[in-house]
Amino acid sequence: MQKKVIEVRGLKKSFGDLDVLKGVDLDLYDGENLVVLGKSGSGKSVLIKIMVGLLTQDEGTLKVLGHEVSEMGSKALNQLRLRIGFSFQASALYDSMTVRENLEFPLVRNVKGIGKAEKDKLVESVLESVGLIQTINQMPSELSGGQRKRIGIARTLILKPAIMLYDEPTAGLDPITCMDINKLINQVNEEYKTSSIIITHDLTCAKVTGDRMAMLIDGVFSAEGEFEEVFKYSEDPSVKSFYDYNFIQ
Amino acid sequence: MAENTATHKSGLRRRVENFFIGLASAYRFVERFFREVWFPPYEFKEFIRQCYQIGYNSLPLISLTGFIVGVVFTNQSRPSLAEFGATSWLPALISIAVIRAMGPLVTALIAAGKVGSSIGAEIGSMKVTEQIDAMEVSATNPFKFLVVSRVLASTFMIPVLVMYTDFVALMGAFFNVNQHELVSLSTFFVQVFDALSFLDITSSLLKSLVFGFTIGIVGCYKGYNSTKGTEGVGKAANSAVVMAMFLIFIEELLALQITNFFRQL
Repeated sequence: MQKKVIEVRGLKKSFGDLDVLKGVDLDLYDGENLVVLGKSGSGKSVLIKIMVGLLTQDEGTLKVLGHEVSEMGSKALNQLRLRIGFSFQASALYDSMTVRENLEFPLVRNVKGIGKAEKDKLVESVLESVGLIQTINQMPSELSGGQRKRIGIARTLILKPAIMLYDEPTAGLDPITCMDINKLINQVNEEYKTSSIIITHDLTCAKVTGDRMAMLIDGVFSAEGEFEEVFKYSEDPSVKSFYDYNFIQ
Repeated sequence: MAENTATHKSGLRRRVENFFIGLASAYRFVERFFREVWFPPYEFKEFIRQCYQIGYNSLPLISLTGFIVGVVFTNQSRPSLAEFGATSWLPALISIAVIRAMGPLVTALIAAGKVGSSIGAEIGSMKVTEQIDAMEVSATNPFKFLVVSRVLASTFMIPVLVMYTDFVALMGAFFNVNQHELVSLSTFFVQVFDALSFLDITSSLLKSLVFGFTIGIVGCYKGYNSTKGTEGVGKAANSAVVMAMFLIFIEELLALQITNFFRQL
């Protein structure tokens, strides 16, 4: 049986009167790409933000790499965070730093006694992995949307995470750049042996990158399985309408 | 009519509630600063970068304003003193006015506009573009990196800028006095320092430390708590300036009372 790297049981989260997650159960297995689909505002991003401790759940349990996140102190949580890569929807590159400084930022703070040569080697190697070595001295404002996404992913890869969490990796990008990002997600999964959760509402991205899909509707997972299982055979009208809206055949 | 009164009352209650919620949140923010400032990791490189941004980048504006303040104040004071034939008291009068009040106040107000708004806007835009979250998930304490370094830099640099403004304003005053009264530089500065006491200089510097802390912490607080996208960033920058200026005037008043108390001892 495959090892579970993330285990979520009965997770609930509300903001004021708004119940966003109403008892979510989810497993992520070692080495797989799990796509979480759902409409905007359905709580997909909230779910992965709870996984890295940016938000806390109201109820339920969440184990990441065997650790219950809500019970961890800040030191232990930071140690866990080093093993999780989080790619933000808007890339979240530090505007005042060059690409090199952006990539060095997590390194210099978390790898004690790292030398300049080793630092340069790591930065160059992740930039080569995402195919953007030529941008090393550029500022984030000089990069295109797709490039920013790639650099955002590269910044998370520099600490060689075991788990990757992608928040809407293809949002706001043209179809060709979307395909490049999809390929990169698969490449990262193979090259860095990561397990990933990809949050998206883009069905092309889901089909290309996902080993398994989970559909989040009204705060609970209403369908789960491989792409065909979820969309071809599901009788749930919300799942069907989601499929129809994306015009995928 | 009764409905209107009820709506008005509930609106007023919400405002009062929001005021106290804001006050509690500001208190927690300041308390967190004092909790985190003592312990490592120390973001020394970021502190130096911020000192440069706050100090060096403010020099042109501070120089110009300080010089103009010196010239204008001297020019405006001359006729009143001339009525009593006391224009020779100009250096003493100006030194007391500049060192005790105008130097720290003018510098702090300019820094509140320039530094406070830039800190508020920078941190605010980092907040709304999730850069602060990105720091947190890369196991870096964003409060320490962004807030502690900026507040310390502003607390440290404002007194330095105040000393510089005092000097430039006195030079502006000398320029004016020299033109009208033909006083030499050494005579001017001898009169300036004769008029000052140890309490004047220490109170001015201590006051500047408080002003610097206020500018830094208000800018960071407003930026760190900004919401609602780019509109929120604009509001954060704007309210950082308004709140810092308001607090600076209150602090100036308190500092005056405290200094007067010590002067009477």
